[in-house]
Amino acid sequence: MEVFLQTLVSGILKGGLYGLIGMGMSLIMGVMGIINLAHGALMMVGMYVTFACFTYAGIDPYLTIFISMPALFLLGMLIQKYTLNPLMEVDSILPENQVLMTVGIAMVLTEVARFIFSSDYKSVRTSYSGATFFIGDISFSVALVAAFFIAVAFTLSMFWFLLKTDLGRSIRATAQDKDAALLMGVNSKRITILTFGLGSALVAAAGTILMPVYYLFPDIGGPFTRKAFVITILGGLGSTVGAIFGGLTLGLAEAFGATYIGMAYDDMIGLIIFILVLLFIPGGFKRLLKV
Amino acid sequence: MSIFEVKDLVKYFGGLAAVNEVSFKVEKGEIFGLIGPNGSGKTTMFNLISDYFKPTSGKIYFKGEDITGFKTHKICHLGIGRTFQVVKPLGRMSVLDNVIAAAFSRVNTKHDAHHLAMETLEFCELVHRKDVLAKSLPIGERKRLEITRAMATKPELLLLDETAAGLNPNELDSAIELIKRIRDKGVTIIIIEHIMKVIMTISDRIHAINFGQTIAQGTPQEVANSPAVIEAYLGEEYAHS
Amino acid sequence: MRKYPPILLLVILILFPLIVRDHYHQHLMILVLMWVVIGSGWNVIAGYTGQVSFGDAAFFGTGAYTAGLFVTKLGISAWWGMLFGGIAAMAIAFPFGWICFRLRGAYFALATLALNEVMRHIATVWESLTDGMVGILVMQTFVSKVPYYYIALGLAVISIVGVQFIMGSKWGYYFVSIREDQDAAESLGINTHYYKMLSLNVAAFLTGMAGALFMNYMGFIDPEVVFSLHDISIMAILVGIVGGVGTLYGPVVGAFVMVAVHEFFRTGFFGFFKGIAALTGSDMINVFAKYVMQAHVLGFGILVVLVILLLPNGIVGDWNLIVKKIFPVKTRGVTG
Repeated sequence: MEVFLQTLVSGILKGGLYGLIGMGMSLIMGVMGIINLAHGALMMVGMYVTFACFTYAGIDPYLTIFISMPALFLLGMLIQKYTLNPLMEVDSILPENQVLMTVGIAMVLTEVARFIFSSDYKSVRTSYSGATFFIGDISFSVALVAAFFIAVAFTLSMFWFLLKTDLGRSIRATAQDKDAALLMGVNSKRITILTFGLGSALVAAAGTILMPVYYLFPDIGGPFTRKAFVITILGGLGSTVGAIFGGLTLGLAEAFGATYIGMAYDDMIGLIIFILVLLFIPGGFKRLLKV
Repeated sequence: MSIFEVKDLVKYFGGLAAVNEVSFKVEKGEIFGLIGPNGSGKTTMFNLISDYFKPTSGKIYFKGEDITGFKTHKICHLGIGRTFQVVKPLGRMSVLDNVIAAAFSRVNTKHDAHHLAMETLEFCELVHRKDVLAKSLPIGERKRLEITRAMATKPELLLLDETAAGLNPNELDSAIELIKRIRDKGVTIIIIEHIMKVIMTISDRIHAINFGQTIAQGTPQEVANSPAVIEAYLGEEYAHS
Repeated sequence: MRKYPPILLLVILILFPLIVRDHYHQHLMILVLMWVVIGSGWNVIAGYTGQVSFGDAAFFGTGAYTAGLFVTKLGISAWWGMLFGGIAAMAIAFPFGWICFRLRGAYFALATLALNEVMRHIATVWESLTDGMVGILVMQTFVSKVPYYYIALGLAVISIVGVQFIMGSKWGYYFVSIREDQDAAESLGINTHYYKMLSLNVAAFLTGMAGALFMNYMGFIDPEVVFSLHDISIMAILVGIVGGVGTLYGPVVGAFVMVAVHEFFRTGFFGFFKGIAALTGSDMINVFAKYVMQAHVLGFGILVVLVILLLPNGIVGDWNLIVKKIFPVKTRGVTG
């Protein structure tokens, strides 16, 4: 019973974080229909920013959020403006040029990171990194709990932002019907740039708060992109609350898989979930078939 | 036996009935018109017939055979051709290649396909544009290409979806003339339109729908005078004038 | 007039190993020819049929392992793998396509990515069959590279001629129709699911054969090499897009360029940096050279971005544009 509860807790805490990871991709996919295979790589960049700030400037990892988020926001905007927006105008004979472009960008980001930081595993260890507290017999990792609450805070802010602010409404309008939004004076090019920046900033935040309890190397992006995709589909494109739901589902699935099936198959399970999600999605099904 | 029959066809999208218990029969060799204001469910009907959507309930019969739910490509082989309301040219292929691709549904060698394609292009008076890339065609010729392609599949029944929309008066007369020639060749036609001039002049019988339901059927005269139809198009005040 | 360059090229290729004797260049050309085969396959499913595959390594590796396993498990020559490698790859392509072709566009591409990863995992963990990470070692049949060269040339010619034949036939028209508008294609009587399957199987067969050739030629394979996302799948895409998507000779041009690019990085700009480092005695340049030599993935990534942005139809596809840029048309003044 104890093992069950422990797994449950672990799954939920991870799930909150996963929700934050998925949210950015869900937003980008929902608003622009862009499948961003560079999502994990962007998170990796955010994590290296955190690592660098901590290691060379001694800044507490959680505070580096104020650096990594704006940095990735800017990077995201540049990527959208100069590499993805141009593609939307062109009728290329290569059908999936947009997805391919994000693959290329992911490769560039990963290799540049490898150049600067090498392929060695890096980590950020603070006083509270390994700290745990207990409720009954269940141990809670301090860092993970903090990450969970920060993630929830971000989700709620995003929810409020999209619902209550003008900019948020413009984003949602573009997501629902780009042409209609255009006619109503929404500058959709600007919106796409901002949205990609926003999505990147969110995943940077996720990376930053993940750093104290995880490890870092350049190729870490791939698996996280896969996870983000699964979360996005499970939760529904463009839905912030859905991303949390998807994140929790994935977090719990991984936690229980690890406990009861074994760590060796971790990757395979992730892949299988990815494939199953691709094939059998609820909600997103129609869009996949008729796109 | 009618060549084509639709029986109690229903299609729900979520909670909305796009098509609600529509039934009609089409006789061989006639031009059967399907009219209704925008959003009344006309194109959905075509999509149901050619299996782009599955009906929620109801049946579709072609030459006595139940074809409900048959796959789209099979429906073409059975002898039903269609055009699309929003034209779908095979853009990076030439006009000729577009029609050759269609012709392969009936013949097997490139030589025969080329021959059938040229024949069809001549019949539809598009042969002078055969080497032009489909995406370079203006809208009138795109619509003509849609029809030519469908004709190359040698249909017995042709579904024309809003072929007149967006055409100038010259092109319109040309299109009407082509449709009549197709009918004279022995092809049965179901035509969706919401431009009155076209459908009233060429249809033998008309079926009017609104909000997915039948509101009138009969000869063009009968339908034009039906209060329900007038109300649907022009509003209530005109219905009783 | 258009017939001559390819025939000229073929003659040059046939004479090549007799003129150029050093092993290094022969090796490069064998790789080029192999990539012509893979690129042609990718071009059929992605370029002509419009179903972009991100995971061709799945077929390549299957072909390679089939050839290898013929030796280690069946004790017969790996050359049988040439035929059966292609068939084995089709055995993977068939169920995959059956299940995944309902997915359109980008989602199908993602599925191929997943297939790539799954195959790599299977090869790695199914140790009783494949020896996992240890890989497979096979005795090479020939000492000289020349026989391998001609076999590769034969495969490349078969690929190009085969694709040309297919694309001129009913299949070809159907493939392109599917790419241009799948719904319209269906309405013209094209069973799009069936033809997408055909297209994928053609691609898989060619790529599988190339994989088997690789096994025979290199004598050693392991999961990381033959199922590599960057070095096989992405490389295949680059060969396709650099050369020209949906063109017959695009893969030929693409193969030449991409193998050159790969070598360019692997040798540090053909030894340029090492040369400079030796001249100046600079340590930093030496380090930089070392980095460049491992940076081919970065080069690939940058190339992907640039080609998509600037040369979307590839060298063959955008040939007119390229010619115009290099030789701008000079307007003649009106003179007497």
